[in-house]
Amino acid sequence: MASTSTLDGGTVRVGAAVAPAQPGIGYWRAVGRRLARDPITIAVTIVIVGIVLMAIFAPWIAPQDPLAGSVLRRLKPIGTPGHWLGTDETGRDLWTRLVYGSRLTLIAGVAPVAISLVIGSCLGIVAGYAGGVLGNVIMRLMDVFYAFPSILLAIAICGLMGNGLLNSVLALSIVFIPPMCRIAESVTTQTRTLDYVDAARASGTTTSQIIRHHVLANVLGTILVYATSLISLSIILSAGLSFLGLGVTPPNPEWGLMLNSLRQAIYVQPLVAALPGVMIFITSMCFNLMSDGFRSAMDVRLAQ
Amino acid sequence: MFLFTGRRLLEALPILFGVSLVVFGLVHIVPGNPVDLLVPPEAPAEVVAHLKAIYGFDKPLYVQYAAWLMRTLTGDFGISVFNTQPVAGQLFEALRNTFQLAVPAALLGFSVGIALGLLAAFHHGRWLDKLFSGLAITGVSLPHYWFAIVMVLVFSVFLNWLPAQGMAEEGTSLLGRLSYLVLPVITLSLIPMGVVARLVRATVLEILGQEFVGALTAKGLTRRPTLLHVCKNAAPPVLALMGLQFGYLLGGSILVETVFNWPGSGNLLNLAIFRRDIPVLQATILVLAFFFVLLNLAVDIAQAAIDPRVRR
Repeated sequence: MASTSTLDGGTVRVGAAVAPAQPGIGYWRAVGRRLARDPITIAVTIVIVGIVLMAIFAPWIAPQDPLAGSVLRRLKPIGTPGHWLGTDETGRDLWTRLVYGSRLTLIAGVAPVAISLVIGSCLGIVAGYAGGVLGNVIMRLMDVFYAFPSILLAIAICGLMGNGLLNSVLALSIVFIPPMCRIAESVTTQTRTLDYVDAARASGTTTSQIIRHHVLANVLGTILVYATSLISLSIILSAGLSFLGLGVTPPNPEWGLMLNSLRQAIYVQPLVAALPGVMIFITSMCFNLMSDGFRSAMDVRLAQ
Repeated sequence: MFLFTGRRLLEALPILFGVSLVVFGLVHIVPGNPVDLLVPPEAPAEVVAHLKAIYGFDKPLYVQYAAWLMRTLTGDFGISVFNTQPVAGQLFEALRNTFQLAVPAALLGFSVGIALGLLAAFHHGRWLDKLFSGLAITGVSLPHYWFAIVMVLVFSVFLNWLPAQGMAEEGTSLLGRLSYLVLPVITLSLIPMGVVARLVRATVLEILGQEFVGALTAKGLTRRPTLLHVCKNAAPPVLALMGLQFGYLLGGSILVETVFNWPGSGNLLNLAIFRRDIPVLQATILVLAFFFVLLNLAVDIAQAAIDPRVRR
């Protein structure tokens, strides 16, 4: 296997133990080779790219207006001429709304992960590197937010601040910051005490250089893998907030909100009503499988 | 062990204090006075002032917090703004209903999850592993509120086997009561099932790769006792996860409770949000978070009891 070309003998794990600040080309080439031999990961990555392209080029893929309904063509079944996936409860074309819905669903799902990634890893690195009182204050603060079941906290924040895309993103960001911060902190503390970091410090490397070269390189690898696994949860939760009426506001197309408004129609058009949920399921499943694939490709020990 | 328990109990106190601060603060992240959100804009000023005085919203925040904390500590959660009933009664009724769902869902999800995870790990790389890992990842990726709708569609609408919504009325037979539980419990158990199965598989695989397992086999221990050693070593992280997941079942069942119209704490919270019923909202979040902290505490202590290495 390609694992011989990895760092030092293939017993290292992604994380604090990856010693050099810049992993040699050999490591990433090995990861790439392992990914290329993993058909499931390749397939789900293609699906995700497809969904992202669908979100970007929505007006070209679905030329109809996602907001224009008509009382005359409410709740048409799948396969109706002109509306191949049927229409929703106000006669809007479901295919169009599903295509446009990918925009808000992806933004509402990915943005909290990205925001919490930045804020959480900054806080974690500061807490882990500074330690002492500052580190303690940050970590105890995170403990308090950790003490809430995640969905509960998101719903409470969103419910009190009012609905809307921005508040839903904000609420989920607050929910995801503590775990990100904890991971960044533990990797930073591990890295800080490694011999080569001590050596770098002894030979006069400044703190900012150590953080940029050694700490960040280690933290980012671990936390990016974790972040990809959070995207799926984030999409389910943000669509769930919309489903409760706490996220994206109608009439904007968003899969969770569409599922909620079509819920009344499950007795009339069950298949049409279930479609937005199918989209959420496919998207979150693909993100989960992709995250798993990348993780095992990057975990050198599994490659043996 | 005794020392460890005492220390963990002491450590939980500042967290609980922080939780109470957050729950109290949540209400005040919205600009404006909570009473102003409740009354119509044309209400006379003296009525508004009177309402503020009744609920104590006219005093400075720290006074409000202290008063609220003292009342809450004595078990007085205030009075619902919506129906002027004491909050405590409604909340405990709702919590009881939520437990009725969460406990069977946890039992089902954890036992199936552990079984799937163990079987997958021991058949690593073979088709059984692939099938069970696939099931587990499906459980994690399913939007459970959507799955709830699909379940209702299949078992209530098409097959007409099980009731679609709500809870059995008083005086229904045991079987009748149970029939209302089936769909929500199965729906709720999916996420813990998937999460636990994935962790059990990963942990057991990691332990199987450790040298002591090889040493046990080398000294002639048969398969069954070796597996027992593996399971015992895998228990602490799985236990911690199960604690978290049970907490999520208590606090996070809001989506499933909404679909099934189950009168639990999630439903109460949802109603409180839409009615702007601040006392109910605060009390529900506080009690659920309190449970969550206690649960994590219990898990920590159980972990230390199983694994002496945790007691540092």
